[in-house]
Amino acid sequence: MASGKEIRTKIKSVQNTRKITKAMEMVAASKMRKAQDRMRAARPYAEKVRRLAAHLSQANVTDYKHPFLIHKAQVKRVGLILVTTDKGLCGGLNTNVQRVALNALKSWEGAGVTEIRACCIGNKGLGFVQRLGLGAVSHVVHLGDRPALEKLIGPVKILLDAFQEGELDAIHIAYTRFVNTMKQEPMLEQLLPLTGDKLGTPENTWDYLYEPDPQAVIDEMLLRYVEALVYQAVAENMASEQSARMVAMKAASDNAKSVIDDLQLVYNKTRQAAITKELTEIVGGAAAV
Amino acid sequence: MAMTVHVDIVSAEEQIFSGLAEFVALPGEAGELGILPGHMPLMTRIKPGAVRIKAPNQQDEELIFVAGGILEIQPHLVTVLADTAIRGKDLDEAKALEAKQKAEAALAGKSAKIDYAKAQAELAEAIAQIHAIERLRKHTH
Repeated sequence: MASGKEIRTKIKSVQNTRKITKAMEMVAASKMRKAQDRMRAARPYAEKVRRLAAHLSQANVTDYKHPFLIHKAQVKRVGLILVTTDKGLCGGLNTNVQRVALNALKSWEGAGVTEIRACCIGNKGLGFVQRLGLGAVSHVVHLGDRPALEKLIGPVKILLDAFQEGELDAIHIAYTRFVNTMKQEPMLEQLLPLTGDKLGTPENTWDYLYEPDPQAVIDEMLLRYVEALVYQAVAENMASEQSARMVAMKAASDNAKSVIDDLQLVYNKTRQAAITKELTEIVGGAAAV
Repeated sequence: MAMTVHVDIVSAEEQIFSGLAEFVALPGEAGELGILPGHMPLMTRIKPGAVRIKAPNQQDEELIFVAGGILEIQPHLVTVLADTAIRGKDLDEAKALEAKQKAEAALAGKSAKIDYAKAQAELAEAIAQIHAIERLRKHTH
């Protein structure tokens, strides 16, 4: 059994760890609230863009069909947008979304997909893609606590352009959906071509005047719609990250607490044993004399 | 009561304005647009600049700066989908290029440079902002 001093040092070190995890838990709790607010703040825009895009996709103003709406019969080349966090210590969040992505990659391979292009949002996903040897065509890291649409446009555009030029047949996005503080779900969704159920159908139809022309407006609209979807995914991912981190750090603090309790018990026992031993020795010595 | 139209200005990051207005003026792509209640349905792109909103029972107009976006008008509803940043074909292209360079640099281990187009767009945004401020000053005097 370890000596008293050794156990004391160990208790001290676990206590220090606990202080750190406790602090991280509280930081994550406050960031989580802000991240959730931002996620909700993004909803009105997403809702309005969706409504407009739905209307436009139904409107038969011209026989112009935007490439984003055209489904290919055979999917050979796939784009993947992988949304992960920049930092670790958030439980199984990144592992889960990476597993979902990996399963998707395997199933695509089985379905005869020959080429995969990845766009990574977040450091962890970038590392994952590089480990797999896929190589990211674009990436964005160090987003900070505020997801900025401006930073996302460029990297995402590379995939969108490839899709528009027919180099890709579909684009999927993998991210963690925020359900509530305790629950986050890794998701894989098809971003392009846009599917009917995502757009929905408009309640009423208007005949708009388009300026300068319908095609330009439709192009712009759908691009914004797709970007809004990506932005929403990133905002959800950030809210999930903070929640997951808070829960993970809370579990770590609780574990540290129980380790400290156990060690304290061992320490007290050793100390008592040492005292008893000394006493018996004295008593034994006195009896021998 | 005066005729009013509901105005929503939203950006991807937040809701900027929501309320009633008697009159709205904004910079459309084909020129300045003035919208009164009952305007015919219209959809257009807007340029960076100020959106002026005349709310009922208020003397002053509210000025909101937008960095471009899309405008949708229904007879009793005006929606502005504002961009959070100045957009443009060249600029989007530049961003994509920058991202591509970054990806390549990450593979090669070099750092990317800032583009000419980006600087130009920042200038355009600054000019548009100055215009909005000037207009605001004229109003207050």
